[in-house]
Amino acid sequence: MEFILISGRTMHQGETLHQKCSEEYMKACAICEMNPEDMKELGVKDGDIVRVKSEAGEVNVYVKPCEGLDRGIVFIPMGPWANAVVPAGTDSTGMPSFKGIKVRIEKSDGRVLRGDELVRRYEFEG
Amino acid sequence: MSLRVEDVVCPFCGCLCDDIVVYIENNEIKEVENACKFGAHRFLAVKKHRIKAPMIREGQEFKEVSYDEAIKKAVEILTEAKKPLLYGFSSTSCEVHEVAIELAELLGAVIDNTASVCHGPSILAVQEVGYPSVTLGEVKNRADLVIYWACNPMHAHPRHMSRYTTFPRGMFTDKGKLERFLVVVDVRRTETAEMADLFIKVKPGYDFEVLNALRTILNKGDIPHEEVGGVKKETLMELAERMKNCRFGILFFGVGLTMSRGKHRNIVEAIKLVRDLNRYTKFSIMAMRGHYNVTGFNEVSSWETGYPFAVDFTRGYPWYNPGETDANSLLQNKDVDAVLVIASDPAAHFPRESVRYLAKIPLIVIDPFESLTSRIADVVIPSKVMGIEAEGSAYRMDAVPLRLKKIIEADGLLSDLEIMERILEGVKRKLSSKSEIAVER
Repeated sequence: MEFILISGRTMHQGETLHQKCSEEYMKACAICEMNPEDMKELGVKDGDIVRVKSEAGEVNVYVKPCEGLDRGIVFIPMGPWANAVVPAGTDSTGMPSFKGIKVRIEKSDGRVLRGDELVRRYEFEG
Repeated sequence: MSLRVEDVVCPFCGCLCDDIVVYIENNEIKEVENACKFGAHRFLAVKKHRIKAPMIREGQEFKEVSYDEAIKKAVEILTEAKKPLLYGFSSTSCEVHEVAIELAELLGAVIDNTASVCHGPSILAVQEVGYPSVTLGEVKNRADLVIYWACNPMHAHPRHMSRYTTFPRGMFTDKGKLERFLVVVDVRRTETAEMADLFIKVKPGYDFEVLNALRTILNKGDIPHEEVGGVKKETLMELAERMKNCRFGILFFGVGLTMSRGKHRNIVEAIKLVRDLNRYTKFSIMAMRGHYNVTGFNEVSSWETGYPFAVDFTRGYPWYNPGETDANSLLQNKDVDAVLVIASDPAAHFPRESVRYLAKIPLIVIDPFESLTSRIADVVIPSKVMGIEAEGSAYRMDAVPLRLKKIIEADGLLSDLEIMERILEGVKRKLSSKSEIAVER
């Protein structure tokens, strides 16, 4: 299914900011909030793993219901998981497009990586 | 020995709350009063998840070394690079910024702070159309219309509403919230939106259109559409009326405007709206600055170099061109060959493409805490926590400077300032010995 992705600050993300290699940080940020109707259509329930894919890359995160989001919009807290799908380029402003990203989301049987595992992979990626 | 320290300034977010009370016993922080969840955690968990010793990477392993060795290696990396980048600075003091700018000039480096990934576009807009802003004290004492646009203070600046804007009783707002009208404009119904007297939901990426429609209503009295950016005309008319008829209005905006389609153009439009409103009443605007001293870097850099961020010294004089001289453009274009990161975590907060390059070039990290950037670094230098273990100056989001206190000792650790001064000294020595060798030849 196609969605518009918004990333941003959350209380839990801010609280775990200085423990980024911990499981707590992963639980706070490796989540994708979605409208419950969209979750039904996608065939996923709270805590299932979904693959979020954009032109920049893809990442596995846990899905979580959120009534405050309209259908077609998803939210991932700021952090390495959201940034794995943020496209390159800054529209000549210096500012990447952290919000309003076109993504495709599907159910995944993969694993959610910890923050340090995710960034250390970039050392070897071409 | 137990100690009660009053009026401590919280080194977390741009609110820079200066009414924190900290109880200390035997150099341990035991209790914190007045702080939000972020602030309390910052003080109480200050000794957790710390980098234990300076480290240098050997292959895939980190080897613990002395401060002298780590600083020597950092100097080597910086002086051997053709075009290094110095980045971060938003969670450390203005005194550190001053030293870093001298270092950047000496190295012919580029220096940038986290503004380039938060309110950089707001600065571009301010340079274009000005900044009719106020202090948070004036908002507390006078504002009867408070608008939060594309931000979620309940999660990002938890005491903003209770201490400065919405709930407190001020000199001319002595009934507190009862005298104020709260408007929230956002693409999703956040916890802040739940508290609003009027919540306006905008379609993602349509803030410019909505701001422009409000200006059109103000200037022409009407718009030729029934709906703009997912917002009904009558809602826009109602908001325009409220804005015109308030005594003192304030528009706070967040990175929902700077990071979405339109970027600095969204902010230009928001500032122009506020400018238009001043024909009817007193209206102001303020950016919700994130890190506690992100504003401070922009202040120091402006008075030292003439530019607020993304300053390139490769020509021997300051050159400013965001989109070319900012951290993400430099990394994505592979245009720097070494990076020093201080008081920031770009590996966690930059897009994949930037981090992929950052992971492959020589990288120095100065931070009190383990960060994702420290995991891909070549040199890791631990520091004291500014505002708790070291003192310094910081600027609140409304550009009011406050003094951060040292409230506990951190023996065996150097402060950001001491580390940067030592690096600067090392670079000066290395460069002068290089030029002596060149003269002898």
